[in-house]
Amino acid sequence: MNAVASHDTGHDAVVSARELRKAYKSTVALDGTSFEIPPGRIIGLIGPNGAGKTTALKAILGLTPFEGQLKVLGRDPRTQRDELMNDVCFIADVAVLPRWIRVGQAIDFVAGVHPRFDREKCERFLANTKLKKTQRVRELSKGMIVQLHLALVMAIDARLLVLDEPTLGLDILYRKQFYQRLLEDYFDEQKTIIITTHQVEEVEHILTDVMFIRNGRIVLNAAMDEVSERYTEVLVSADRVDAARALKPIDERALPFGKVVMLYDGQQSAGTSQLAALGETRTPGLADLFVALMKGTYA
Amino acid sequence: MNAIVESRDSTSAFRSKGASVSASQRFVLLLKREFWEHRGGFLWAPLVTGAIAILFSLFGAIAGSLMFDGRNMRVNDLSFNGAGGVEAVRHAVGFAGDIALLVGTGITTSVLVFVVFFYALGSLYDERKDRSVLFWKSLPVSDAETVLSKAAWALLLAPALAVVIGLIVGVTLWLITAGMMLVNGIPGAEAVFSRSHPFRVLAHVLSTIPIYVLWALPTVGWLMLCSAWARSKPFLWAVLLPFLGAILISWMGGVTGLAVPYGSVWYTLVVRGLLSIAPGTWYLNHDASPQRVNGPTDLANAIDFSSTWQVLGTLDLWIGAAIGAAMIYAAIWLRRHRELAD
Repeated sequence: MNAVASHDTGHDAVVSARELRKAYKSTVALDGTSFEIPPGRIIGLIGPNGAGKTTALKAILGLTPFEGQLKVLGRDPRTQRDELMNDVCFIADVAVLPRWIRVGQAIDFVAGVHPRFDREKCERFLANTKLKKTQRVRELSKGMIVQLHLALVMAIDARLLVLDEPTLGLDILYRKQFYQRLLEDYFDEQKTIIITTHQVEEVEHILTDVMFIRNGRIVLNAAMDEVSERYTEVLVSADRVDAARALKPIDERALPFGKVVMLYDGQQSAGTSQLAALGETRTPGLADLFVALMKGTYA
Repeated sequence: MNAIVESRDSTSAFRSKGASVSASQRFVLLLKREFWEHRGGFLWAPLVTGAIAILFSLFGAIAGSLMFDGRNMRVNDLSFNGAGGVEAVRHAVGFAGDIALLVGTGITTSVLVFVVFFYALGSLYDERKDRSVLFWKSLPVSDAETVLSKAAWALLLAPALAVVIGLIVGVTLWLITAGMMLVNGIPGAEAVFSRSHPFRVLAHVLSTIPIYVLWALPTVGWLMLCSAWARSKPFLWAVLLPFLGAILISWMGGVTGLAVPYGSVWYTLVVRGLLSIAPGTWYLNHDASPQRVNGPTDLANAIDFSSTWQVLGTLDLWIGAAIGAAMIYAAIWLRRHRELAD
């Protein structure tokens, strides 16, 4: 509850963005984007390809120039990046660890330059993997590289962790393990994690907040419980489809045997009681909601 | 409200918990990092080349000794009869000793030229190409520190390491020369020891290092700038731009009939822009070049380090160093502000 309170007042926000603008030659990546991220949250930044997710993260990390106001932990990433990086950490892509480095050297380096790095913690994480200190990154599989990177990053007591497609190209075992570790061994109410990914189903259960971004604009920014209050999915049998359509679903998709799943936005259409009369109701999955809200993106 | 108070408290708590890292510790670690990555070029390349040189001279010495039969040599029949003649031989032998000493650093520093050239050219490009820059930039290390640690290797540490290895190689070659001469009973062979100038050579070679730092600065700066700037093919940009620039200016001069100082144009763009990482190129500046080396005494003079330091009195060196420093500053700016192309 406290977190929600600070969300409302905007004090102490980890990230506070106002009217971010960034245009590349052919596309507008950020189009007056504004949002606030309070501390102690795990935010999923979700959008179709080219929606501006990565640009938004790069702006937060001081990796790209942009227009507008942006404060990360009270600092401007454009001018105060060096100080900021003591409190912010990121995995900006899979497998960006230099290929020549040895596991032990990577640990030594981070331990030497980062005031908040806990070597014991890192070694504890690595003890559960097959990684050996003398191995070079180029000898590791993609999954093992991510394990190493995650162990390094999780041993850093940063206040903001940014993960841009951290599990792209990994098999399901590594992906599950990745998010589980993050939740169990890293996250606490002092930390904030921002994640972008296309594998929405896999992060859904660990997110506290979700942000949908489309064409450089935030189209949905809500806590997960707000999402489940606002959106309802109804399993409508074939004979009630017309009645259900009258209540203006935002999306519908057919199931085998004539049943149709209709998705309703509580702010635009009828209340829950009316929907319950149509059939079985449930909270929509984030993936289905995403597809519904992003309709026509590539048209 | 509680959460806010709590989070402030714990923030300060874990601020004090983490041991702070001093800037010098960080810089030392950055230097180490470069060595981890480039051990092959910085250490093994000069070491292996030096070892090969030693091996060859050893084979040469043994083979030469086997073919050369000292007992049949009649010194008095040779043209250098008399006291002066023997003196000349001793002089020549001492000269050979000096050469052996210098050859060691000559070999390792010529390897160094290639190592430094490709190191500087790749220093800020390779990390962008393999995207590992995203990892380095996720750590609290500033771009200035990173770029300067790379410049420090190119300008000072790699040359110093090559020189030290070169001196060891040189001393070994010197001992091989002496050994071979003594074993074969060459007259005046002991002059290798008495007439060589090992300490002068050592001092001279070491004294060139600070000059090298300043002299190589424009080339290293240019290569690092290209490395930070080029989206692809930094080698082509780095090499072609100075050449094309010089050719273009010369051609314009030819077409318009203006009095273009061709020599200066080529010297500035190509020698100072690309070739100044080769030690000794400072002698191409006429104010710094010694008199021609015609014999042993001249060599001794030439390797008198005061003559090398003359280059410190030239505007050429200082302007070049200033331009080089500016280019390194630009490289830092580019690494900080340039966006990665995805």
